[in-house]
Amino acid sequence: MDSLIAPFLNGTADGALLLIAALGLALTFGQMGVINMAHGEFLLAGALTAYVTQQVIASTDLSILLALPIAFVVAGALGVVLEATVIRWMYERPLDTLLATVGVAMILRQFVLDAFPSQGVGVVTPDWLDHQIDVFGYAWPLRQLFTILLAGACLSALAALLKFTSFGRQIRATVQNRALAETLGVSTRMVDRITFFVGSGLAGVAGVAISLIAATDSTLGTKYIVAAFLVVVAGGLGQLKGTIIAAWVVGVSTAFFTDWTTGSIAQVIVFVLVVIFLQVRPQGLFTVRTRGLA
Amino acid sequence: MFKSRNRMLSVTAAALTTGLILSSCGGATTKDAAPTAAPKSCVDTSGDTVKLGFLNSLTGGMAISEKTVSKTLHMAADEINASGGILGKKIVPIQEDGATDWPTFAEKEEKLLTKDCVAATFGGWTSSSRKAVKPVVEKYNGLFFYPVQYEGLESSKNIYYTGATTNQQIIPAMDFLKAQGVKTLFLAGSDYVFPRTANAIIKLYAAKLGIKIVGEEYVPLDKADWTTQVAKIVKAKPDFVFNTINGSSNVGFVKAYYDAGLSPKTTPIISVSIAEEEAPAMGHDVSGNYASWNYFESIKSPANAKFIADWKKYPGNSGVTSDPMEAAYDSLYLYKELVEKAGSFDVDKINAAAKKYKITFNAPEGLITLDGENHHISKVANIGQIQPDNQFKIVWSSGTPIAPDPYLKGYDWFPAATRDALVKAAG
Repeated sequence: MDSLIAPFLNGTADGALLLIAALGLALTFGQMGVINMAHGEFLLAGALTAYVTQQVIASTDLSILLALPIAFVVAGALGVVLEATVIRWMYERPLDTLLATVGVAMILRQFVLDAFPSQGVGVVTPDWLDHQIDVFGYAWPLRQLFTILLAGACLSALAALLKFTSFGRQIRATVQNRALAETLGVSTRMVDRITFFVGSGLAGVAGVAISLIAATDSTLGTKYIVAAFLVVVAGGLGQLKGTIIAAWVVGVSTAFFTDWTTGSIAQVIVFVLVVIFLQVRPQGLFTVRTRGLA
Repeated sequence: MFKSRNRMLSVTAAALTTGLILSSCGGATTKDAAPTAAPKSCVDTSGDTVKLGFLNSLTGGMAISEKTVSKTLHMAADEINASGGILGKKIVPIQEDGATDWPTFAEKEEKLLTKDCVAATFGGWTSSSRKAVKPVVEKYNGLFFYPVQYEGLESSKNIYYTGATTNQQIIPAMDFLKAQGVKTLFLAGSDYVFPRTANAIIKLYAAKLGIKIVGEEYVPLDKADWTTQVAKIVKAKPDFVFNTINGSSNVGFVKAYYDAGLSPKTTPIISVSIAEEEAPAMGHDVSGNYASWNYFESIKSPANAKFIADWKKYPGNSGVTSDPMEAAYDSLYLYKELVEKAGSFDVDKINAAAKKYKITFNAPEGLITLDGENHHISKVANIGQIQPDNQFKIVWSSGTPIAPDPYLKGYDWFPAATRDALVKAAG
């Protein structure tokens, strides 16, 4: 029992982090069908925002909390610029978008290499997170609980936005039947843009969380982008519940395999399992059922 | 309409994800050069200049570390030019970008040797980049000076290794741990050739010293999170952690280490890759932990004082100095010394001079001497403890320079069979 607690808790926290990183993709990729390979660099933008905020505001206790909304806006704004300048010309051409955004990602990475200290920057963990909680004898890092709560908050906010607001209904209408939504007076152009803002903004929030765990340097995005796409695809496009379950399963199973074998073997096992799963069920865990023809 | 689009997308995405995974696993392989006679050299040093090639990653993930090495090489070239050049000829540096891509390193090395016709090349950082350059530089009988500590078990008549080999960094670190009274040790490393080879050596030496290895963990270079592995360290309660993690992956490890409630008071870390430049980027005060290097910025010597002062004045400098930078700086001066002893830029004459003469340089780390047989350098090993200002206080030293022994032939606890297996595995 004792040996199960650490991997379970840490895996859940890893899954929660993956979920925040993937939520934005679930929106832009899952709902809008845009393969945005620069999503990883939006994570990086969030992490760098956390660093810059710490440079401006001396109190690390406060700055990390302030960094969350600022990173949301910064990454969201980057997303809108990308949508308006590159992606809008390529809707319905997912593979072209993929290539173009890979290029954008490379440009952003090189910009970060040139603009920030070459060894990467250190985001300091605030004192109030620098503790452990005793869970049945295992000293669990408090930062892990923070990640899980943050994922919960992001998820609730996004679910509430989609379910209860008029804008959320417009997004869902656009996803289910774009042409019909337009005939009902929904500006799908505006919906696309705001969806992209929210999706990219969530990447910024995930970036702040990642900056507390990993190195903030130009390679940060590439470390998470594959896993984030994996989770969205395995969860199924168009619905959030699939993404949630997939993120948790990938997080916890990776942690258990890591505990039983090694980090490298665990990654291989999980990737192979997901690839096999996608062979059997290419549409992922859940799909949207629509009355749309064809 | 959306249904089919979604399905098409998800299939595309599945294929894409698989492709990304596969490509991220695929390593670069460079075909070994056939052992034929080297093509005739096109190097022309009849004028009053000599062209030297600098091959560093200026873009991609390794640019983080290699840009500084490149700048240091340029600084050394400027200094040598200001004091008259090599054999009276001014250095004309030709900079190429290895782009953190190993086949690119091989291509650019070939370009430098055959198109630019440089007299020698300097650079590289990862062992993979060195292994990509090796067959090329051997094929064209060129010269490559490699400035970073590495896993040893290699020597080439066309490569000079100015960083430490294992018996000048890892073995002294183990001697230090023994002197500290360490009984149990946990090994944490990145998952590639250097940590795997280093840990194989550490385990053999630990058995000899009576230190028990209570755990061994590796994390792939592209994975950031160490929380699960650090939970294993907490459980194993080792006296010390031996850290062979590379570059920025250290940050994830250090953060997870402090988050789990570990500290240098209870479980100190000794690292072979955290230097003056990396320590401030850890996102946590890492003071109290240790690192094993040959050069530290805190070394007190006139040569080091000059090196530090020159670097701080150099345009685009990174502020602090570190071991790989210093080894790169030394490499250019050693080359100058070799050429001037040989009286020629010819590679065979240089190699003959390396064997015949005692090639030394009064380096910032102290007097270093080239071993003409294995092309490595005698160096003093130092252990530094990280201070709150991210400088290192030297707490242990080998005192005298340690002769390089890349194949560990002088160590009876290192069996020949293991050596052969490791050399074979490293390719």
